[in-house]
Amino acid sequence: MNASLISLEMSVVGLGLVLMLADLFVPTERRRFIGYAAIAALSFLLFASLSGNGSCSLAGTAFNGEFINDGLSLFFKRFFLVAAILVLFIAAEFADRIVAAAEYYSLILFALAGMLFAASSNDFAMLFVSIELITITFYVLVSFQRSKLASLEAGVKYLILGALSSAFMIFGIALIWGTSGELNFNKLAAVLAKTPELETSKIFLLGVLLVLVGLGFKIAAFPFQIWAPDVYQGAPTPTTAFLAVGSKAAGFALLLRVLFTAVPGVTAHWGNLLIVISGITILYGNLCALPQHNLKRLLGYSSISHAGYLLLGVAALNASGQSAILYYLAGYLFTVLAAFLVIALVLRHLDTEEISGLAGLNQRSPLLAATMTISMVSLAGIPPLAGFFGKFLLLKSAVEAAQTTGNHGYYCLVFTALAGVVISLYYYFGVIKVMYWSREAKDLSAIELSAPAMVTAWICIAGIFWIGLFPNTLLTLANAAAGALKL
Amino acid sequence: MSILTYIAGWPLLAALALVLVPGNYRVPIRAIAVLGTLLSAVLAVKMFCQFVPGANGYQFEQQVTWVESLGISYHVGVDGLNVGLILMGAIVAFAAALCSFEIQSREKEFYILLLVMSGGILGAFASLDLFFFYFLHELALVPTFIMIGIWGRGEQKNYATFQITLYLSAGALIALIGLIALYVQSGANTFDIPKLIEHVKANPLSLSAQNLIFPLLLFGFGILVSLWPFHSWAPLGYGVAPSPTAMLHAGVLKKFGLYGLIRVALPMLPDAAQHWAQFLAWLCVGNILYIGWVAMRQKDLNLLIGNSSVAHMGFIFLGIASLNLIGVSGAVLIMIAHGFLAALTFALSGYIYQQTGTLRISELGGLCRKLPFIGTALLMAAMAGCGLPGFANFVGEATVFFGAWKVFPAITVMALWGALVIGGIYMTRAVRNVLHGPLPEKWNSLTDAKHVWRKLPYALLLASLLVFGFWPRLLTDKINPAAEIVVSGYKLQVAGAPLPAAKPVSQSLLMSAATK
Repeated sequence: MNASLISLEMSVVGLGLVLMLADLFVPTERRRFIGYAAIAALSFLLFASLSGNGSCSLAGTAFNGEFINDGLSLFFKRFFLVAAILVLFIAAEFADRIVAAAEYYSLILFALAGMLFAASSNDFAMLFVSIELITITFYVLVSFQRSKLASLEAGVKYLILGALSSAFMIFGIALIWGTSGELNFNKLAAVLAKTPELETSKIFLLGVLLVLVGLGFKIAAFPFQIWAPDVYQGAPTPTTAFLAVGSKAAGFALLLRVLFTAVPGVTAHWGNLLIVISGITILYGNLCALPQHNLKRLLGYSSISHAGYLLLGVAALNASGQSAILYYLAGYLFTVLAAFLVIALVLRHLDTEEISGLAGLNQRSPLLAATMTISMVSLAGIPPLAGFFGKFLLLKSAVEAAQTTGNHGYYCLVFTALAGVVISLYYYFGVIKVMYWSREAKDLSAIELSAPAMVTAWICIAGIFWIGLFPNTLLTLANAAAGALKL
Repeated sequence: MSILTYIAGWPLLAALALVLVPGNYRVPIRAIAVLGTLLSAVLAVKMFCQFVPGANGYQFEQQVTWVESLGISYHVGVDGLNVGLILMGAIVAFAAALCSFEIQSREKEFYILLLVMSGGILGAFASLDLFFFYFLHELALVPTFIMIGIWGRGEQKNYATFQITLYLSAGALIALIGLIALYVQSGANTFDIPKLIEHVKANPLSLSAQNLIFPLLLFGFGILVSLWPFHSWAPLGYGVAPSPTAMLHAGVLKKFGLYGLIRVALPMLPDAAQHWAQFLAWLCVGNILYIGWVAMRQKDLNLLIGNSSVAHMGFIFLGIASLNLIGVSGAVLIMIAHGFLAALTFALSGYIYQQTGTLRISELGGLCRKLPFIGTALLMAAMAGCGLPGFANFVGEATVFFGAWKVFPAITVMALWGALVIGGIYMTRAVRNVLHGPLPEKWNSLTDAKHVWRKLPYALLLASLLVFGFWPRLLTDKINPAAEIVVSGYKLQVAGAPLPAAKPVSQSLLMSAATK
């Protein structure tokens, strides 16, 4: 076993512990710098993993094959590191509103460690542990503003539904283990290849289905999406941002591994199920987002619809679909974090989180208004931004699937996705309209931005344009990462 | 770099430059916008003059690989099909920038959007890569919605914005699916249009695949071009839009769908095109006759122009549906002519609206007395609209009728009625009610377009209509060789016996004189 494979995860956990200790020695008024120190350390780790020759980017397996480092896990690890860095920037802006800021930072790092483990999970036990590490940390992160009733309510909702889905998942894992005797993804696939009758065993299939229920909860796919709007609305903004990007991406990383490495034979028969789930998720998210007034709730529903688009790539059951998911997630990262950055900066001084709170933002801070506009336009999937190319790849993979399988369900799904895109234009443009052309603006005082906040905004903008205009590099990476999957 | 990159690039660069200019510098903002479009128009004229008619392949080509694994590259080039369209688009964009003096609020944002729209659509016309073809059009399309939503006029502004956004986004996305399906089904793993055409000619798509993709393209593009019965967004949208937006959209952007059909669908999906041609021809009747009839009933000048513009699309579709050289050439001719015409009429109605604050025909009247220049221009535009010889529209419509007569004689007769009678009725009636008759007293204070800059856009568009009307060979020499390639896959459907060549008229006169 090569212990240096997990050096990245260990460094992140260690960093979290150091931050907690640092809290004891750093005076209160300098708490912000704990966040910046964490950002610097994570940037170093990101650089190490990108450089490609450190121990952070070694390929191989550890712990009897439970832990795997391959193209896919490396892609997701870099993704999670970037997400965590940007979320920490948002959290640093938000920190003056919460007591015990250092704990907040270290919890983000522990959640990040869970995500990194999730990216490398190659075994159902590892999958469950990493999911629990993420989820339990998020229970705390969601209810971190103890003085706010909405935050506590969101935390309780997330706890109850999260525990329920964990129960489903562990039950499913037990059934899988009971019928096949294997927990390791590769070995399970080998068992399935040897004993094809297992693929029709009802108990085994129920097990797989229950695991999917648990993962469906993480990515907020229909019919396990109920929690998302409430939790997104109630949680502190940095938490919501991390939930929207990190937790969802971790769900997709595991979903891809389970579906395409562990049980590819079963997945091949489940195309129609995935088509239906994806279609309903897209429509549900978009339709429910239409009447929303609360910005974070709106983004909660919008994140459901984006889970639907991403599932479209899963349902396509081909390599181009998988790489499209990775590509779309990368674009989604910058886009959504840009939106939450603006929310954190603009709405922190307001009691409400209504969309109308953004009124007159164009005059108050042109940079933030531009950031939010670019983010909304990208979410709506309009060229030349990241969202367009991502959606283009997803649709292309579905059309390819329709051609190779001859299943007309894919065309129905594609048209559902189109309907979703058209619906979503309405509410995304509604947000832009309020910022630039609302007459309700009462407070037109300029918003002062700290230098790190400006840097974050520019990083997000650059990321959105880069992914939209120069897709070559990222697409090559995504293709290589998707190559690690079996189906 | 190809001159085409500059033609599309200057407006986009100007838009970028405007981002940096503070919003209260009104004169520099206007100057930058006008300069950006002017440069692009001058280059387009230069390109048009340098174009060698009938040369093989594409001219002014440039290709830069963009995404290797998907076979997407930035590839621009012109042949006879798009050379005139780019010229028309660049001139209309310049005219629209000049006409934007009517915008009084948030000028900076307006000009940025206008420039993005111009650059995007010029790039889409120049593009020989399916991905960029779609991508750049979408880039141009979205500003339209924003402009109508913010600078639109009238009570129905929100409804019209909502409707136009819904329709056009849906149309564009349906076409996108068609394009993706074409890419996937062809198996060529490239978005390059010339390569795709070559590949599809060598390995034709199966009929079922063609019959799946063609309707997607036909209806997707059709919605963008207001094909009946998906037209209802157009008159209302144009009625509400600020006039520069209406000029650019009705004049230039709308031609994208038609151009897409000719450039992509006809050469790559020949079997399905033959299958659907009859159906398309009947839909044209809806555009020409039904919408013409609707236009006759309009009480608002802008709605009348909007409906007449929808009706004109019917002629173009008819030309495409005829699937022969004459019909397709005529379709391209009308696309160019109608671009100038639509831009001109919306610019003029915009001027009248700006002066009077209303476009209700019953409230107008006798305007020619106070606005001699604008009135004369409107009269000429109306005459061009009902197909008076001397204007470019006549050339195109006549050509389309000649092409369509061979294939759809009955429909051609109906279309002729639509063009000559119905068009004539509503256009002349509008002229009488708006320009002639007694002048209501409240309009005594109107002022005509005074100095050169104000007159320039109208004069430029009128001049273009007249130049191509009197000298259509400027266009037909360029269009014909390219259209020949497009229709080369189609057998002549009605192989009637060739008519005997008539003797020259002078000779027969002499002969009859001799016998006497």
